Amino acid sequence: MKKSKLLMIIGSLLLLGLFVFPLWNITLEAPQYPTPLGMDIYINKFADTHEFDIKNINLMNHYVGMQYIPETIPEFKIFPIAILVMSALGVIIGFLGNHKLFLVWFVVMALLGVAGMYDFYLWEYDYGHNLDPKAIMTFKNPDGSVMGFQPPLFGSKDILNFKAHSYPRLGAYFLFVGMFMTLTAFFIGKKEPKS
Amino acid sequence: MKTIFKSLLAITVLSIVYSCGNGGSNKGSQGALSSSAAEKVYVAPGEHDEFYAFVSGGFSGQLAVYGLPSGRLFKVIPVFSVDAEKAYGFNEETKPMLNTSHGFIPWDDSHHPDISQTAGELDGRWVFINGNNTPRIAKIDLTTFETTEIIEIPNSAGNHSSSFVTENTEYVVAGTRFSVPYPQRDMPIDEYKGNFKGALTFISVDPEDGGMDLKFQIMMPGFNYDLSHPGRGKSHGWFFFTTYNTEEANSLLEVNASQNDKDFIAAINWKKIEEYVNNGGGTKAPTKYAHNVYDEHTHTATSTIKEEVVVVNPSDVPGAIYFLPTPKSPHGCDVDPSGEYIIGSGKLAAELTAHSFTKMLAAIEGKKFDGDAYGIPILQYDEILAGAVKQPGLGPLHTEFDGQGNAYTTFFISSEVVKWKLGTWEVIDRKPTYYSVGHLMVPGGNSRKPFGKYVLAMNKITKDRYLPTGPEVTQSAQLYDITGEKMELLLDFPTIGEPHYAAGIPADLIKPNSKKIYKLEDNKHEFAVKSEAETKVVRNGNEVHIYMTMIRSHFAPDNIEGVQVGDKVYFHVTNLEQDYDVPHGISMIGANTSELLIMPGQTETFVWEPKQVGVWPFYCTDFCSALHQEMQGYVRVSPKGSDVPITYTLDGDPVDAE
Repeated sequence: MKKSKLLMIIGSLLLLGLFVFPLWNITLEAPQYPTPLGMDIYINKFADTHEFDIKNINLMNHYVGMQYIPETIPEFKIFPIAILVMSALGVIIGFLGNHKLFLVWFVVMALLGVAGMYDFYLWEYDYGHNLDPKAIMTFKNPDGSVMGFQPPLFGSKDILNFKAHSYPRLGAYFLFVGMFMTLTAFFIGKKEPKS
Repeated sequence: MKTIFKSLLAITVLSIVYSCGNGGSNKGSQGALSSSAAEKVYVAPGEHDEFYAFVSGGFSGQLAVYGLPSGRLFKVIPVFSVDAEKAYGFNEETKPMLNTSHGFIPWDDSHHPDISQTAGELDGRWVFINGNNTPRIAKIDLTTFETTEIIEIPNSAGNHSSSFVTENTEYVVAGTRFSVPYPQRDMPIDEYKGNFKGALTFISVDPEDGGMDLKFQIMMPGFNYDLSHPGRGKSHGWFFFTTYNTEEANSLLEVNASQNDKDFIAAINWKKIEEYVNNGGGTKAPTKYAHNVYDEHTHTATSTIKEEVVVVNPSDVPGAIYFLPTPKSPHGCDVDPSGEYIIGSGKLAAELTAHSFTKMLAAIEGKKFDGDAYGIPILQYDEILAGAVKQPGLGPLHTEFDGQGNAYTTFFISSEVVKWKLGTWEVIDRKPTYYSVGHLMVPGGNSRKPFGKYVLAMNKITKDRYLPTGPEVTQSAQLYDITGEKMELLLDFPTIGEPHYAAGIPADLIKPNSKKIYKLEDNKHEFAVKSEAETKVVRNGNEVHIYMTMIRSHFAPDNIEGVQVGDKVYFHVTNLEQDYDVPHGISMIGANTSELLIMPGQTETFVWEPKQVGVWPFYCTDFCSALHQEMQGYVRVSPKGSDVPITYTLDGDPVDAE
């Protein structure tokens, strides 16, 4: 089999790692939490990093009027379907071997990824800003607006006594490596002599 | 000329180097000596100690948990005495723990902690400790550091030669210090001789859950059984008890029990007696004793009064019990890590006696007897003696071992710890204690595998050692480094109550198993509620049961009406937290009891009998969060017969009681 086809097929299959490993992680550090609180985000669920972490994050957040982290969200139904479909399509395209389709697949996947990140951002924004008006404590920014508690989309950020870290996890690396392989497949396929 | 100059130069340089080095090291060694003691016990902030030390509280009735080498106190585990701080003996759940055949007893005198063993080595599962006054043995679970079982010892008094475990924790053993009439009856005290018996009790321990069961009692002659230790290694299967008052005096014992030149160490072949009992031997005798068990899932203790015990008469099991003559009222009875030497500390004797287990077996085999006492053969002293430490000090009490062939004995009267060598019986070092040392402890020092880094000496009096606190001053413990040929005093720290003995263990054997929370889903308390939606208040005649929850930072419900004067109000409170180190407390104004201090996932109950009409607040007693001061509630108390209905609310949402 041609190198490009192989890369395309394996790259697409690597997406399935998202069903096993978390996509993203948010960790909250504070002096009172020598073992930080953490939440792993899978494509189909939120999970405790250590048992009861989400319950304890909710308990912390209720002081500033943040909503509870929901048991489930609609995305947890959509994401797995999208990943399954894209992975299957990628494998089929790989067998077909048309390198232009490789690029199309990559672009669609990249758009889906950006859309996913944007969706995640919207949720985070709502989570950090849609606060209970009866919140126990409200904080104001220097400009007088109500302080939000949105965790960073990517990177680390100080939020009151917490330091919040938001970084990709193993599932995301499977996604990145898989996508990189499909892009490589396109370039290699372009150079390969047509059979 | 040149060479002379060169050699002069060399000498000068050398002498400078030498004197500098010399002076430097002299000065340095003094500084280093004093600073190294501090360094050796310094555990930097946030760092953990290397050892746990479980130090008995003596007349406090409790067990204290210290770190070594720092000497920092972490926890006082309530065992035999009520503890208002932790509601032990005050809340409905733990009151049964202090039940006995004499009813509820709020206090005892705790003496000898011993950690469970597997294959002769510390396994860190449980600590056992004896209550001396109303004879009991308690078991503390080392995952929760809570007392989870207490068993009363019938036919016993002054439960002192206790609570030592056999090599695989097959048994925890309890011996009586005071012999008493058997069976107990109304009789003249001066008819003591022959009528009083000394019960040695073997309590089996379930290898899975640690459940204790009184397996059998040996009814020994009416001596005082002072201390004991198990055989180990080659002597596994035997247990050794020191005796005094073999004179069987019943008054002015300080004189009348000090007449015999030699008393005994009783050697008990418990395996033989166990076999005898397993084959139906012994007598099932009527008696009464309490067996109290705390269940970690119901968070509740139950007390059962048992009414029968298997009693073994020594003469019915020939060849199972022998007396080893030992000079002058021996106190400590300690067995070295190999199991060969049995050390008897004749507290009025001029020497320390070491018996040989091998020679003991040979003497039994060769029938080298020197008569008998109540049918129990007395072995010939010279036939069993391994050696004696001559003129070691005054008033020897207890011996521990470092696993390197050395033994450490405390001397009460001369107030010192003496290091000596097993086998050669020579004294290697002696260091003073401040003052009048009782027990001492090497971590694992009474197992096959001691961790011979430190010895902890526990002192009976301190006089001027600390800032004075009126007539009553603290007791203390002193830590010595024993890694060198000579012992080095490192630290001196105050203790709770009077430390009678301690058990030490490497922290790594316990630390990973220490529980952080109780899981709410595993909570099987009869009155637990696992969410605020389940909370309720139920009237049942004049009893009112409040099913309440607590979480940062409120109670649910927090406004309760419909309670009446003369009601008996039960607060069943569940801590809904599932986070490490977030307990909540609760206390009610005017309640004739202690607070509750409830760990995450746990349910506890206190009873309040309101006597006055009014609106009475309750609040959280543990500073749980930034909004701790807001964690409070009210109960409205109406006159008896009032028509105010039971209601209970949180944030103004009323829910009528069914």
